[in-house]
Amino acid sequence: MDLRLGAKYETFRTEVREFLAANWPLRGAEAELPAGQQEKRLRERALARGYVYRHFPRVYGGSEQPADALEDMILDQEFAAVGAARDIRGIGPAMLAPTLLDCGNEAQRTRFIPPTLRGDMRWCQGYSEPGAGSDLASLASRAVLEGDSWLINGHKIWTSDAVGADYMFGLFRTEPDAPKHAGISYLLIDMRSAGIEVRPLRQMTGGAEFNEVFFSDVRIPADSIVGRRGEGWKVSRSTLKHERNLIGDPRFLRNAFEAVVELARRTPRNGRPALEDAHVRQRLAEIEGYVASQEYSIQRQLSAALRGAEAAVLLPGLMNKLYSTDTSQRITRLAFDLLGADGLTAPLPDEYGMGSRVRTPGGWVAQYMFAIANSIAGGASNIQRNIIGERGLGLPRDQRAG
Amino acid sequence: MNFGLTEEQELLQETVRGFCEKECPASRLRTLFDAGVGHDPALWKGMGEMGLLGLVVPEDFGGAGLELLDLALVCEVLGQAALPGPFLGHQLVSLAIAGAGTDAQKRAWLPRLASGDVIGTVALAEDASSWEPETWRASVDDGRVRGTKCFVPHAELANLLLVGVAGGGLVLVERGAAGVALIDQGGVDRTRPIARVTLDGVACDPLPGGLAGSRRVRDAGSILLAADAFGAAWRLIQATLAYAGARQQFGSVLTQFQAVKHQLANMATEVEPSRGLWWYAAHAFDEILQDAERAAALAKAHITDRALEVARGAVELHGGIGFTWECDVQIWFKRVMFDRAFLGTPEQHRERSARLAGW
Repeated sequence: MDLRLGAKYETFRTEVREFLAANWPLRGAEAELPAGQQEKRLRERALARGYVYRHFPRVYGGSEQPADALEDMILDQEFAAVGAARDIRGIGPAMLAPTLLDCGNEAQRTRFIPPTLRGDMRWCQGYSEPGAGSDLASLASRAVLEGDSWLINGHKIWTSDAVGADYMFGLFRTEPDAPKHAGISYLLIDMRSAGIEVRPLRQMTGGAEFNEVFFSDVRIPADSIVGRRGEGWKVSRSTLKHERNLIGDPRFLRNAFEAVVELARRTPRNGRPALEDAHVRQRLAEIEGYVASQEYSIQRQLSAALRGAEAAVLLPGLMNKLYSTDTSQRITRLAFDLLGADGLTAPLPDEYGMGSRVRTPGGWVAQYMFAIANSIAGGASNIQRNIIGERGLGLPRDQRAG
Repeated sequence: MNFGLTEEQELLQETVRGFCEKECPASRLRTLFDAGVGHDPALWKGMGEMGLLGLVVPEDFGGAGLELLDLALVCEVLGQAALPGPFLGHQLVSLAIAGAGTDAQKRAWLPRLASGDVIGTVALAEDASSWEPETWRASVDDGRVRGTKCFVPHAELANLLLVGVAGGGLVLVERGAAGVALIDQGGVDRTRPIARVTLDGVACDPLPGGLAGSRRVRDAGSILLAADAFGAAWRLIQATLAYAGARQQFGSVLTQFQAVKHQLANMATEVEPSRGLWWYAAHAFDEILQDAERAAALAKAHITDRALEVARGAVELHGGIGFTWECDVQIWFKRVMFDRAFLGTPEQHRERSARLAGW
């Protein structure tokens, strides 16, 4: 164990701090720009310094830096410390762009990655269907190659941010005679195509970030396929891996935990701050055991990756999603309990969003509900338990496992 | 930066694991457990020959001069093996003298503790919950200590007692001195039997460390118990994986049933991510002092809590056989009970952690 960064990385941290001190928040006329524009200005400057999109080549709009997980960690920490966004929040830069880098052809990378990283092209994900949730490989939406186009018919569901998305990346059955996993292809679909209908699904939080998407004789160009026909399952694994990384981020847990400590500090209980209540203190300290465990587990996985010893941390890696989402539920449930009947206040529209930092009673209630949604999205908890059991502990596969 | 072990540390664990498997296999462990003496001179001698007994004793005094993380790594393996013996108390006495003792005390005791010729143990609590130094009442008057201490591990065997006294300090007492009397308390964990020790005006030698020295002993002990519980919990998971993978019901092995598979996945997920919790606490004990006390408290509370839950699941998944004396699951179940209650419950450690956080 050596938790010191060493001179090289301390210097790097200092440089990042100086950059951020000079560039965030924006000053003068730039400070009057809309928030999205301000973030874009910062991102452009950070890109020139090699601080964002580091593993993307320059030709695709990245900064093409040598892989260095410690520099990445420092950048994440320092950007977070001053409240600056390092990435565009959204699945385009986080999931689609890395997938194209792994599996796309040159034309697709050139066409899609740069505008996605700039935030000019927004994406939604078309995986789940009414009859294909955890058993994703049962999906039935079809694409048939007719001449120089795919003809698509079907129905996708739980599609986040489909309203406003420019494109969808999704899985469609293209080889109806092949076994279930082998019959699926990964397609990129222009959401303005004729025959697409998006219907928002109102969530239990009151917001509507999810949607249903209906495809009726939608035609897209034949070159919209990523990878070969029938390889969609493999391509999608690459995307899901990125989503799991997103959810496993322990800073999300630490921030939420610190917020719930703060909530306990300012919530009265029996005339004193709830933070002085013995039972509340017990629950907080117990939850902190989980939060700290996940932080150290991620540090351990990072160190192992740096040494090229990923195999040694396979098991904790498989646990990241289940452990983080369970911990997140513990944190937000405590917030709900601290609020008492104030927790019966319905969220207001500006409190609906997933990951919103709103710490009002309604905001906490929405976060509590979203914590449960996170246990479902990207591989539900029981699927995670299958994966941990089968790949991590060597237990036999389910007889009908997908 | 490396949040991980060195090759030497991995080799240390491998060596100790090999020793435990060879010298204390299941049959030997069962014999020792049933006998209830909690000790095997041959094992103790072997550990001494490997240098484990003086692992954290400075090299000038005949030890290996390693850090608490190295010792905790050994404790993880000993927990996996449920190795009987006075290792825990012995190490705490060595740490206390090495950390806070006078030169004379170091010269007098450390070389013999490192070789294992002298066996040390700790006499701290005076009732079920008085583990904190501030709560000790044993009085020292004119170089003589008077009081009663409970839950003293391997008191029968030890030559040197580290005794907590009023004001939170520590004194050294020779077990053979006049005025020391023992009452066997048996102990549910037969790998570490306990006794009540009465001290009726016994000659003692105070350690100059005061309250701060006692807290260091408590923190070190908390970390070593967490590591032991972590190892024991993993051993229970492995034993349960093996049992459920072989036992057939309804025409198939138990691990084919998703209810069982998920329970096993949950047990492993409760334990494995917390490995870094005790690694960090042990590292902080030597290198990040400002965070050491809180890290130790969190690790002790969290891991011994998780471990007992895993032990419960292990008994349950073994079915009726899991509740029998014959089944080895009980050995680790009780090992974890000791790790959890000794030096204070998770609740006590969490409350202290809360205070240290400024809550």
